[in-house]
Amino acid sequence: MTETIVVTSGKGGVGKTTTSASLATGLAMQGKKVAVIDFDVGLRNLDLIMGCERRVVYDFVNVIHQEATLKQSLIRDKRHDNLYVLAASQTRDKEALTQDGVGRVLDELKADGFDYIVCDSPAGIEKGAFLAMYFADRALVVVNPEVSSVRDSDRILGLLSSKTRHAESGKGGVPAHLLLTRYNPERVGSGQMLSIGDVEEVLGLPVLGVIPEHDSVLSASNQGVPVILDATSNAGQAYVDAIARLLGEERPMRFTEAAKKGLFKRMFGS
Amino acid sequence: MGILDFLKARPKNTANIAKERLRIIVSQERSSRGSPDYLPLLRTELLAVIRKYVHVELDAINIQVERDGEHEVLELSVALPEHKPGATG
Repeated sequence: MTETIVVTSGKGGVGKTTTSASLATGLAMQGKKVAVIDFDVGLRNLDLIMGCERRVVYDFVNVIHQEATLKQSLIRDKRHDNLYVLAASQTRDKEALTQDGVGRVLDELKADGFDYIVCDSPAGIEKGAFLAMYFADRALVVVNPEVSSVRDSDRILGLLSSKTRHAESGKGGVPAHLLLTRYNPERVGSGQMLSIGDVEEVLGLPVLGVIPEHDSVLSASNQGVPVILDATSNAGQAYVDAIARLLGEERPMRFTEAAKKGLFKRMFGS
Repeated sequence: MGILDFLKARPKNTANIAKERLRIIVSQERSSRGSPDYLPLLRTELLAVIRKYVHVELDAINIQVERDGEHEVLELSVALPEHKPGATG
């Protein structure tokens, strides 16, 4: 059984690609066979975050237009044998992705025995974003604790519940999880940033994971190593937790309290 | 939170403002979700026509599409001003 997970957000710059890279890597670390696809046609970036930018020969659009086979186009990850990247095309033609074509590629991955397909959506709500979510079995909606991101997430949640194959086939909307990224507990503590509870209340959904804002995210992308592989990073550890929860495990939230309060919490809490 | 507040020159709690604004706009957008794209334009044009006869405010027109079994019903309500109708705006 293959599960297709879309990582989406509406707003740009909230951490979709960072999340897709860490999600795909985290699933691969669990021994799953994973493909991660960049749907951002024209603005390829997942390859850089995954550190395979110099190994891209063929891309997603080449496969769709049958200019290359899927096998030729999948880039095997250097660190995990069971993880593959399918890069976005650099073409400026936004119509390069077609619904039939995307469906065919996903079906071929399913036939190849992939356990997970992670679809890294572009920002916005146009064709690329629509196709990234259309075939999804589950959605990870990346949201920042900031007004425009929260509003856009709500819009995306609306689309997930209506404009997807899942919804059209009468099964209801695509089950969605919120992933709150760039969270700064200190600023939440001083009333300058929306809290986990605020975001949950506005969007009416529980938060699956909280990724703290941390320098390690930038240094990971500088090096082309998904941040989840940085065992010393709070953000990386938070991704490990979030993926465990996605797979059904129960784990307490970490790194969500301001430093001083965290100590107290730890003494009296768990 | 208390200790932190003491140490800092108490910053304004802008998170609460953000939350209230979001609550309002998100619920408003949810209620209009799924309705046809032409509704806002239709609303503006209807308002212009109505205004030729009665002066009504921008928010006096409420227009929405509701599902009634098989068909959709376009529901339009206009709140007329309290004073004498017929006075042209």
